Order: sequence, then C-alpha cells, then structure tokens
Amino acid sequence: MSQATRSVLLHSFVIALLVVMFFVLPEYHSGNLARILVLAVFAMGYNVLFGYTGLLSLGHALFFASGMYGLGLSIQFMQASPMLAMIIGLITAVVVSCVIGFLALRTTGVAFMIVTLMFAQAGFLTVLFFGKYTRGDEGFVIQRAQRSMFGFDLSQPFPRYFAALVLFSICLFLIAWLVHSRFGKTLVAIRENEQRARMLGYDVQRHKLVAVIISGTMSGAAGAAYALLFGYAGASFAAVQYSILPLLYVLLGGAGTTIGPLIGTVFMFYLIDISSEYTEAYMLIAGLVLILLTLFAPHGIAGLVRKKLVWLP
Amino acid sequence: MSIISTRGLSKHYSGLRAVNDVDFDLPEGQVRALIGPNGAGKTTFVGMLSGRIKSTSGSVSFLDTDVTELPAHKRMSMGMAYTFQITSVFANLSVHENVALAARRAIKGPAPVVNDKVMAVLEQVYLADRTGQIAGDLSYGHQRLLEIGMGLAQSPKLFILDEPTQGLSAAEVDGFIQLVKVLSENTTILLIEHNMDVVMQTAHYITVLNFGETLAEGTPEEIKSNAEVQTAYLGST
Repeated sequence: MSQATRSVLLHSFVIALLVVMFFVLPEYHSGNLARILVLAVFAMGYNVLFGYTGLLSLGHALFFASGMYGLGLSIQFMQASPMLAMIIGLITAVVVSCVIGFLALRTTGVAFMIVTLMFAQAGFLTVLFFGKYTRGDEGFVIQRAQRSMFGFDLSQPFPRYFAALVLFSICLFLIAWLVHSRFGKTLVAIRENEQRARMLGYDVQRHKLVAVIISGTMSGAAGAAYALLFGYAGASFAAVQYSILPLLYVLLGGAGTTIGPLIGTVFMFYLIDISSEYTEAYMLIAGLVLILLTLFAPHGIAGLVRKKLVWLP
Repeated sequence: MSIISTRGLSKHYSGLRAVNDVDFDLPEGQVRALIGPNGAGKTTFVGMLSGRIKSTSGSVSFLDTDVTELPAHKRMSMGMAYTFQITSVFANLSVHENVALAARRAIKGPAPVVNDKVMAVLEQVYLADRTGQIAGDLSYGHQRLLEIGMGLAQSPKLFILDEPTQGLSAAEVDGFIQLVKVLSENTTILLIEHNMDVVMQTAHYITVLNFGETLAEGTPEEIKSNAEVQTAYLGST
C-alpha cells in the first residue's frame, strides 16, 4: 500500500470514528468533543509551525483571537452573516499572520519565542484597551439568532458538532496533503537542518513565512469557529494561556504527526476535566502528567505509536 | 569563458584579513584545487563564492552575472552546489530523502522523475543499497559520500567541495578520485583539499592561498616545483 493511500485511509477512519462518536457518546461528552475538535484545529495549525517547521511560537493566542474577534466584532457591529463573518475572521488572521511573520522571522531561536510572546501580549492588551467594543475580560455573547448558517442553528448540539467536524476534516486533509507535498517536505528539511536547506537552494525565509501564514490562518479559523459555535468572545482567549495550550496539545499528542494534535487535545481536555472533579488543584495533576509524559514519551503519544508504525504520517 | 570569477574579493574580521583582494577566474569545465595551509582563508573564500559569507568588499560573478549581492539560495538555484567541510546532512531523514530534497529543488518534474535521479545519484556515490537507512546512522565516510550525492543531485554547473576526503579511508579516497574524474566531464569543480594525492590526481589547475592572498597559480607540475609554495607549506629552512 502506498504512503498516500495509507494516509487517506487513516484520516478517513479517524473522521468516520468521530461521526460515530456523536451518536454513541452521551450528550455531555459529545458537547466536549465539539469543543475539542475546534481546539484540535488550533493545535493542528500550531503543529504546522512547531512540529513541521521547527519554529516554537509562544504567541499563537494572537492568531486564535484574530479569528475570534474578526468574526465576533463583525457580527456584533456590522450585523454580518455568519458566513461573511467567518470570511472576515479568516482574512483578519491572514493579515495578522503576514505582519507577525514578516516581523518575527527576523529573529530565530529563543528571540523568536520572546518576540511572538510579546506580540501576543500586545494583542491581548489591545483587546482590553478597546474594551468599549470588545468588552474586555467580560467578553460578549453572540446571540443565538446570529449563529445560524445554511439554515442550521449552530447553537444546537447536532449542527454544532458536525460544523466542528467539517472544519476539522478540511484541516486534517489539508495538513495530510501538505506534509506529502514538496512544500511540506521542505519545511521538514528546514526543521532538521536550516543551513543545509538553504545551501540546497531553498528560500528558507519565504518557506518560513508561508508556514507562519498557514499556521496562523488555521489557528484563526479555529478562533472564529469557537466564537461562532459557542457564542462567546472574550479577552481570556487572547491571553498567554491560549498560547501555551496548543504547544501542550502538540507536545502531548506528538509534534510533526498529523493526528497528534487531536490526540493531545483530547488527552489534555479530559485530563483537566477529570482531575478538576477531584481537586481544585487540578493544574497540579495536569502538570505532573505533563512532566511524566515528557520524561517517558518525549515524542508524544503519536510519536510512541510511530515507533511501531513507521509509516504514520 | 570563466564560469565564476572574483575581483578584489576581501573579507576582513575587524582588522583580521581572512581573505584579501583576491582576483580569481575559474574556466568552465576545469577541475580546480584550492590549497593552502590551515587558516589561509580557503573556506572563507568559497563561503563568499557560495554566498554563505558576506564579503567586505570586491565582487563575485557567476555565469556572467554579478551575484555579489545575491543570497546563497539564489546562487544555488542558478547552478551552484556546495558541500560542507563539516558534514551537514539531514541526520534524522532517510538517505533517499536527503538526496531527494536536493533533487526536488533542481528538478521541477513529478515524483518518479525525481526518484530516478535520486537512484542514479545513490548508485554513483555507492549508497544504492542504503536508501532506507537514516542518514545519521551512516558511518562518517558514508555521510561524506551522501553529502557529495546531495550536491550531484542538483546537477550543478559549478560544484564546490570543501575538503571532501577528510576522514575517508584510503579505499574511499580512491573511489572519490574516480568520481571526480567522471564528474569533471560535464561539471566544473572547485575543490578545497589537503590530501596532495587527490589534488595531483584530479586537478587541472591549482590556486594556492596563503594569509588570505593568492600565493601562486599553475598546473600541478608548476605548483609542485614552486619554491614559495614549499616555503608556505613546510616553513623556510
């Protein structure tokens, strides 16, 4: 079986499984899963940059928030339809990632981490500064009436879950295709040995910029979808926590694998969900598990599986 | 016709003249060896040819185009290939993918075309039976060969090799000499080399650098009998 066929089969199976999950799981968990799918899109976007290109950003909350506020504010103040608002959200994310990519890629390594972190903090403060429109920390609710798309009421569990799944599937196949493309393979080359890639004649800087734009736009799509499906936009989504979360999802699930981000998101989401039932110090448990995983499975869960199944994309 | 030439090319590191005012012409089709004692500025010089190192002053022209201001990747895509003095392969990727990355940049064709090129190159550098192996697991000698293979896969017009035989066994060095002879039929080669056997057997012409300046140029015979070169290498008595 060729690499490409295996990849299509694997990803189709994952999506089929997610379809079945909606009908099998109790409502509480299928509701969680809708949220997880959107966050997994965020993590997949992050993975393009971190897992495949080897660039560690600490500022992805900025891209998530760009999509979220692009969509939220255009519904709130322009009465835009959800479709139009989604497009505005995406355009916002593209523009922001172009600018950030252009500026931040002048640095490398630790400096890149710090610069992206600073830009994201600036974004967070901007949201607070324009509190008159964004309502700052408190955020604003997107009314149910403004959340129906193609006749589906996205505040209802069924349409909401499948809208999340459609977005997730599009992104999953996009990434699966990307990593098998020339472009994706070049990103891996840059991750592995940037100097060598340059001396083979690849325009490293241009490739990195495109990677930031793809990564930022996908993260923005997740932010926009989150606001649309769950009806809320608030400054907490622009805060540093939302820059760290996708990094954790990807590390846990397996950086540089297509399904790692989903696995990591499910794992992390339920780790917090379950441990918070038992103790208020749930982040302590989460932290402990994270330490154990990085000690014993430094390549994440999908990375462990890949040791057995080397073809895992 | 010169494939590459420099005029007044210099690199100064705050007072240290690593390369100073070098005029250099390499005719198409030639195998040129660049020799000189350690610290003579050889790697800095080819670094400026390839664009890895920015020159302080002077100009470089490649294929009759002034490339002084062009970044390395543009020069490579014009038809240069460069192998590193210190082995620099993609250690976590397979041997095949290492060469494929080089081939894909140069060949815009579909995957099977790239694959044919990769297999042909691996055959040439004696690595055809190791395609699936992870590059980092190869022995040092094989990594050097892989590095050369990555250059070959680009079908370069000018191939710059920085100490390619360093750390190779005697048998591998012989293999390398044969390889250079075959390559020289359709590629111009610039070779930095310490192994005088390799230089004498492969080079048509030799440039000697010393303290960042051209000390002598000539055929292997001329260089061998040049008193100044002997002094630079062996010290005056």
